[in-house]
Amino acid sequence: MSLSVNDRPDKPHAVIRPRESAFRRFLVTNRAAVGTFIVFAVMIAIFMVASPRVFLDWTIYSSVLVTLPVALTLVVPLVFVVTVGEIDLSFPSTMGFSAWMFALLVKAGFPVLLAIAGAIVTGTVIGLAVGSLVVYAALSSLIATLGMNYMLRGLIEIITQGKSLALLELRESPVTAALSGSVWGVPVQMFWALLFVVLAALLYNRHRFGARVHAVGDHPDSATQMGIPVDRVRVATFGFMGFGAALAGVFTTLVNFTWWPTTGDGYLLPAIASVFVGGTPTWGGIGTVAGGAIGATIVSFIQSGIVAAGLSGFFVQFFNGLIIILALLGHRWNQKRYR
Amino acid sequence: MAERLIELRNVAKSYGRVFAVGGVNLHVDRGEVVGLLGDNGAGKSTLIKMLAGAIRPTSGDILVRGKPAPNWNAARSRDAGIETVFQDRALAVQQSIVRNIFMGREITTFLGFLDTAKEHAEAERLMREIGFTSKVFTPDSIVGQLSGGERQGVALARAIYNKADLIVMDEPTTALSLTETEKVFRFVRTVRAGGRSILFIGHNIHHVYDIADRFVVIDRGRVALEASKAQVGSAQALIDFMEHTAHPQGAASFDPTAKPETTRSGTNWPGTNRPGAAS
Repeated sequence: MSLSVNDRPDKPHAVIRPRESAFRRFLVTNRAAVGTFIVFAVMIAIFMVASPRVFLDWTIYSSVLVTLPVALTLVVPLVFVVTVGEIDLSFPSTMGFSAWMFALLVKAGFPVLLAIAGAIVTGTVIGLAVGSLVVYAALSSLIATLGMNYMLRGLIEIITQGKSLALLELRESPVTAALSGSVWGVPVQMFWALLFVVLAALLYNRHRFGARVHAVGDHPDSATQMGIPVDRVRVATFGFMGFGAALAGVFTTLVNFTWWPTTGDGYLLPAIASVFVGGTPTWGGIGTVAGGAIGATIVSFIQSGIVAAGLSGFFVQFFNGLIIILALLGHRWNQKRYR
Repeated sequence: MAERLIELRNVAKSYGRVFAVGGVNLHVDRGEVVGLLGDNGAGKSTLIKMLAGAIRPTSGDILVRGKPAPNWNAARSRDAGIETVFQDRALAVQQSIVRNIFMGREITTFLGFLDTAKEHAEAERLMREIGFTSKVFTPDSIVGQLSGGERQGVALARAIYNKADLIVMDEPTTALSLTETEKVFRFVRTVRAGGRSILFIGHNIHHVYDIADRFVVIDRGRVALEASKAQVGSAQALIDFMEHTAHPQGAASFDPTAKPETTRSGTNWPGTNRPGAAS
């Protein structure tokens, strides 16, 4: 038997398709983020109806906007880590550790900007170290980063003996005003955090690094075969997580003028929930930075919203969970899984 | 003589004490299509993964255009002009066509930011060149939505994008329909006509016989035969040879640890003096 092969080259098919409107294309490519935003809008609308006196007033938004930047600088890098197919549970301690470095440098009389640089270097190095442990020792990131979280926090507590550091000298610094003051009733750190989100979204969607994070999270073997340094990309996402954790540590210390040995502890579960509420799936390869940012906003609003709506604090946990489950169900219906 | 593009010299790969490939010499010259044949587990995939730099040989040398290539890896292999279309196509199915084509080879402008406009234009051109028949897919379409043949097209588009000198195709026709197979064949002929080379790995001996100029049969990690199309004569002869190497004394006494007895090369072609083989 022999195949008769037709050597006549086919006429090239013109790639003709119905024209899509730019708006529709935007909706399709950003459907996870758009879905998250709808959840957010509905939630705020419910809060406004339930408690118009609180939610038609700027005060509640202003108070959420003070802590939101901390959440944003944690959630956005976490989207990278989840997209690459890993998870990081060590960022609360990394955040505490870099904030500690920041506090120590300020205490030692260094300029605030230099102290911030020191914190960022500390956070990034810790992130890279955690990432190297996970990737090169081939450990499960879920367990290894959990262990690192305990270890780093333990180190802080052993060395400081649980003592906090008051940083009243921050009050006079012009850098503090530039980073945590207030403009038109909006906390300044919100603008910095938004800048961070936009830059991270560009890195995620429009940069070689983001493209490789997607490829590695999608199919590590394919990425390896195409010459992508898979291990280095994975470690780099953990480094970026450390960088974000350091920023979060600096922001939270600048707002409170105090560093506590527990700094960062409370952000573990809310930050992780925000990533998934935002529409990034657990299996890696895809995700959304914008969605993650909106997810962080939702999670930040739930607590204050429920209390402000007149329900007792006992309802907070229940509604936290309800929003997470509803968001996940919404994304599940919205997303088609190809693997 | 045509330029020797790539040469494997006495290349071996062992996993612990098990030799997947034991001392293989293989070369591909410019402008030729080499058909690589062998049973399952013969070492074909290991061999081409070494060519692609996905795994590193335990011993032996890889020469690119006559020069030794140290620290061989996937990125170096692609830099040397070798593109591999893997059996599993090495695609990331949740990503777009354009992201798959430029996986690991992103076109960037400044500071590593993607030149999305250029990538899209190139992807459109490549999709037309490959003959993407469906009109609904754009470079932004997700690969998971494509059929097997279309996915193969994406893998081929990726291979031709870099104007590679050698395209290694690992069982490119497996699980493809007849028309899709013809497309792959047409692709191979176009590539050869452009003066480039192909290493074509296949299970379907008829396919490989039709398309290749020279054949290399691997058996249990060694080269059992290297012969040109003229020396082989017919696809049936090739089949007979492969049956003979796989079961020298018949299937009952098959011993997987034995070295192949019929290591022959060039004119020592066994089929020619066996009745009925060279028909």
